[in-house]
Amino acid sequence: MKLLYFAWVRERVGKAEEQIDPPAGVATIAELMAWLARRGEEYAYAFENPKVIRAAIDRGHVRADAPIRGAREIAFFPPMTGG
Amino acid sequence: MATTIRLQREAFDAAAEAARMTHGRGEVGAVVTFTGLCRGEENGEPIVALMLEHYPGMAEAEIARHVEEARARWPLLGVTVVHRFGRIVPGEAIVLVATASRHRHAAFAAAAFLMDYLKTRAPFWKQVETAAGEVWVEAKAADDAAAERWSAPPRREAAK
Repeated sequence: MKLLYFAWVRERVGKAEEQIDPPAGVATIAELMAWLARRGEEYAYAFENPKVIRAAIDRGHVRADAPIRGAREIAFFPPMTGG
Repeated sequence: MATTIRLQREAFDAAAEAARMTHGRGEVGAVVTFTGLCRGEENGEPIVALMLEHYPGMAEAEIARHVEEARARWPLLGVTVVHRFGRIVPGEAIVLVATASRHRHAAFAAAAFLMDYLKTRAPFWKQVETAAGEVWVEAKAADDAAAERWSAPPRREAAK
């Protein structure tokens, strides 16, 4: 699946997007964030406070308990500040 | 209904956008336009510019979903949303929401509804550029509360 990062999540991870293949036990957005946080210092920093990070699956907002199975594109970003 | 949703780097002309939405349409009796501008300060500190990042594809889709919801709630004859991204300097417009209806109430309410949702649900992020460096703008609880007021009131529990 493709991961996208925006705003300070992108800055902390150090890239805007990447392809990943998480293990089968990673079933939800919350589990994916916990798995990502173990991938290195930059990920640990980006996901140090997962409660403030928002997620979207295939361009629609989802909650942390949303299943990621079948997702093509998952995005992580801070609370939005548009308008 | 005439619907226009556009994301662009360039400046826009709010009056021209509103005129285009209603041109030759005799049934329109009310147009409300809201234009959000880039202020020259953030938290009391002067700023040089705003940088707006967005999620291409999702931003348009999310705005379209809320325009559909506005159409379902109010009898609208037109909706135009233009949101800029990239670098914006103080005094320039960031966002336009224009709504048209037969009577004023629907146009006022729909414009407020759309702006409240743009603030909290559309995937845009603002970074301010100051003399000291760049800082991400933090989301405001007041904006969440403003969007929340459009949710249906919680159903009361039946009397016991």
